Amino acid sequence: MIEIRQLDITYGEGETANHVVRGIDLSIGEGESVGIVGESGCGKSTVLRSLVGLERGWRGSIQIGGRDMPQVRRIADLRLAQMVFQDPFGSLHPRHRIGTALSEAARCMGLRADPDRIAAALEEVGLPAGFADRFPHELSGGQRQRVAIARALIVEPPVILLDEPTSALDVSVQAEILNLLSDRREERGLTYLFVTHDLSVVSHMCDRILVMEKGVFSEELTADDIGAARATTPYAQHLIDASLLGHDTNP
Amino acid sequence: MQNDQILDVCNLTVRFANGAVRAVDGVDLSLGRGKLGIVGESGSGKSTVGRALMRLLPPFASVTADRLSFDGQDLLDLSERRMHKLRGARMSLIMQDPRYSLNPVKTIGIQVAEAARLHLGHRRKEARDAAEAILERVRIREPRRVLDAYPHQISGGMGQRVMIGMMLLAKPRLVIADEPTSALDVSVRGEVLDLLDEMVEQEGAALILISHDIRMVSAFCERIAVMYKGRVVEELAHLGEAEHIYTRGLISAMPDPRLPVRRLKVPDRAALAKLESEGGI
Amino acid sequence: MSHSTPTKMSDGGDVPARGLSRFARLRGLDRVRSFGSKMAKEPLGVVGVVVLALLLLVALLAPWIAPFDPNRQNLAQALQPPSWGHIMGTDEFGRDILSRLIWGARITMRTVLSVSAIVGPVGLVIGVAAGFFGGWTDSILMRFTDIVLSFPALVLALAFAAAMGAGLGTAVIAISLTSWPPVARLARAEALVVRNTDYVAAARLYGASPLRLLFFYVTPMCIPSVLVRLTLNMAVITLTAASLGFLGLGAQPPLAEWGAMISSGRRFMLDYWWVPVMPGFAILITSLAFNITGDALRDILDPRHTRG
Repeated sequence: MIEIRQLDITYGEGETANHVVRGIDLSIGEGESVGIVGESGCGKSTVLRSLVGLERGWRGSIQIGGRDMPQVRRIADLRLAQMVFQDPFGSLHPRHRIGTALSEAARCMGLRADPDRIAAALEEVGLPAGFADRFPHELSGGQRQRVAIARALIVEPPVILLDEPTSALDVSVQAEILNLLSDRREERGLTYLFVTHDLSVVSHMCDRILVMEKGVFSEELTADDIGAARATTPYAQHLIDASLLGHDTNP
Repeated sequence: MQNDQILDVCNLTVRFANGAVRAVDGVDLSLGRGKLGIVGESGSGKSTVGRALMRLLPPFASVTADRLSFDGQDLLDLSERRMHKLRGARMSLIMQDPRYSLNPVKTIGIQVAEAARLHLGHRRKEARDAAEAILERVRIREPRRVLDAYPHQISGGMGQRVMIGMMLLAKPRLVIADEPTSALDVSVRGEVLDLLDEMVEQEGAALILISHDIRMVSAFCERIAVMYKGRVVEELAHLGEAEHIYTRGLISAMPDPRLPVRRLKVPDRAALAKLESEGGI
Repeated sequence: MSHSTPTKMSDGGDVPARGLSRFARLRGLDRVRSFGSKMAKEPLGVVGVVVLALLLLVALLAPWIAPFDPNRQNLAQALQPPSWGHIMGTDEFGRDILSRLIWGARITMRTVLSVSAIVGPVGLVIGVAAGFFGGWTDSILMRFTDIVLSFPALVLALAFAAAMGAGLGTAVIAISLTSWPPVARLARAEALVVRNTDYVAAARLYGASPLRLLFFYVTPMCIPSVLVRLTLNMAVITLTAASLGFLGLGAQPPLAEWGAMISSGRRFMLDYWWVPVMPGFAILITSLAFNITGDALRDILDPRHTRG
C-alpha cells in the first residue's frame, strides 16, 4: 500500500543544513498497521508529513496504493491518505461547527455532504448526530479527537496516518480512541501508519514497529519483541527498558 | 529538629469561583521522608493539590483545611512574605516544562550561582564553582557550556537537571514534582527520575510526584494516592492492592506490551457515576 | 477561565459529559448574552461603549435634538458664556456651540466610520494574503506596506488633502491612505500563525483550494484582532480628522467640524475660553471612549491578552 524508496529530507543549505531524514526505505502492505517510534527530533513526524504532501522538497520516491506521489498533490492523490493529528485542540477550526468541519472535508473531495452522511460519519466514531451543530470548544479532548478521526474517514481513504493521536489524552480516553481505531481498521481494512514516542501504544496497535534514530530506521521490532524487552541495538533496548518502567508491577 | 512528619494535611479543600467548583474536596495527606505519588486524570485535582500546598493558586481560589502543616508550621497562617521565603528554600516545585521556571534572559550559570549565593552564602567566584560542581553532580556532561547557555538553548531533560541541581543547593525538605517527565523523551525520563530519587535519599527530603502515569508512579514511589474528581479514592503501596473500580479501570486502560489484548478495557463510567451518586467515592 | 479559551484539558469523560450541557447550547441570543456578560466584567469598557453609543445616537438624531440651527448667526448674541439659554455658550458669530457640537458629532462619526470601512477590509485582505501566501506575494505586499508606513501619517494626509482640495471626502481618503498599514501588518502576523495550524494542514489534506483556505479558514481567525485594532485606530482617526479640520484641510466652513471649531475659536481663548474648550473636550471624550472600548474588546476577543 505504501512504498517509500530512498526518502531523503534536508532543511536549509550549507553549514546550517539539517539532514532530517537520511534515505529511508519503507514498505507497508494493505491492511497492515505499522508504527514508527523515536524521540523528538528523530524525523518521524517529517516522514509522515512528506507522505501526505504537507512537506515539500523531499527526494526519493513515495508510492501510495501503486500511485507515484508528486511533490504537489492533486485531489486523487490526497484521497489515498488522510492524517489524524496529535493535538485535538489544534486540529479543528475553532469557528467551524463540527458539521461544517466534516462537510468541508467531503465537499472539497467532491463527495456528497448531506446531513445524513454527516450524521453517519459522527455515529461511526461513537458521537451523537446532534454534535454536528456544536463548536469544537464545546467538546472534550477525546470527543474532538473522534471528530478528527471522522473527518479523516469521511474521505474514505485506504490509508490513515496517525501522528501521536492519543498522547494529549487521558489514559481512559486513550483506551477508547485506540479501540475505536482498531474497530474501524478491522471494519474497513484500513492501513495504519502510527507515529508515536509511546512504545506501549504502538505495540498494542501495530504488527511491526520501526525504531527511528537520527533520520534512519535503526531496528525493526514486533509487538512480541517489545513485550519481551528484546532488541538487538542498544538504543532500541534502552528505549524499551525506559518505557516499560513500572510494567512489572501488574495487579 | 529532624522530626518524622514533614507534611500533614487534613481535609484540604480548594474551591474555584465562589464555591461553585470544588477542585479539591477533602484531601488528607501525611508524609515523612520518602516518596508519595499522586495519580489521576486531568481534572482530578492532582495539580491543584500541589499548587495549594505551595500556596501558588490564583487569588480567586479559596483554600481551606482543618490542618495544613509543613515542618510544624501552619502554612495557611503564614504571611505571603514568609511563604515566599519558604518557597524555593524549604519547599520546591518542579514543573512539566523547566524552561518556564527559569528566567529566560539570564544564563543558566547566573541563575544557579545565584542559588548558591543565596543558600550557601558563597561569594561570586565560589558560587560559580559551586554551580559547576552541582551541574556535574546532576550528570550534565559539559557543565561549562551549559552554564553559559540560556534556558531556551537547552533541552527539556537538561532543564530538569538544572532545576534539580538548583534544588540540591537549596536542600528543600519537600519537593513537589508536577509531571516532571511528561515533556521528556522516554530515554531521558529514567535518568531524571533517578536524580530525583538520589536527592530524596541523600538529603532526607520528602517528594510528592504528581503524574497521570500510574505505572511510572507506582514503580517510583513508596505510596500512591489515586485522585478522582477532587478526592483521594484510594491509597496504595502497590498496584496489586488496587480495589477501587476507578483505580482498576485506570490500570487496565493502559496498553501493556507484556500482556497483549485485542481490545483495551475501558473504564466503566456508568458504574463510577452510580458509585458516586451513592456517595461511594 | 472560560469555555472558549482552549486549554489542554479533557473533561475526563469521553461520553457527552454532564458539565458540558451548560455550554452546549450557546446559540444566537445566548452568544450575544455571553458577550455581554464578559463585557460587564470590564466596567471601564462599558463606560466607553455607553459613551460611543450616546455619540452615535446624538449624531443620528442631530436634526431633532440640537436646540438651535448650528449655522444660524446671531451677532447680537456673540461670545455669550454658558448659560441656561446656551448651555455651552455661543461663538463669535453667535452660533450655539452645543448645537454645533451635536452636528459636529455627525461629521466625526461619519469620518471615523467611513475610514474604518475602507481601512478594515483593505488592511485585512492585504495582510492576510501576504501572511498566507508568503514568498513573493508577501515580500511585495509588505515592502509596499512599509513604504506607506514610513510616511508620517499626518504629513501624507496633509499633502493629499492639499493636492486634491480640502473637503470632507478628501479628508476621509487622505486618512484612509495612511491608516491601513498597521491593520495589514497585524493581519499578516495573525495569518502567519494560522497558516501553520493543524486545522489548516488538515484542510490542505482534503484538498481545500488556496482561496477557500484564505477566506474560509484563515481570514475568520484574523478578524477579532483586526476589529480590536480598528477600534483603537478610531481614536487616532478622530484626532487626525480634527487636526485636518484645524488646519483647514478637512470639512469646510460653515460645517461644524470640531477641529475647525477649535481653530476658529483659539483667537478668543484667553477671554472666551468656552469657544475652543468645548470642541476640544468633545474630541478628548470621543477618542478616549474609542481607546477604552478597544482595550476592553481586546481583553474579550483576544485570548492572549486576557487578565488571569
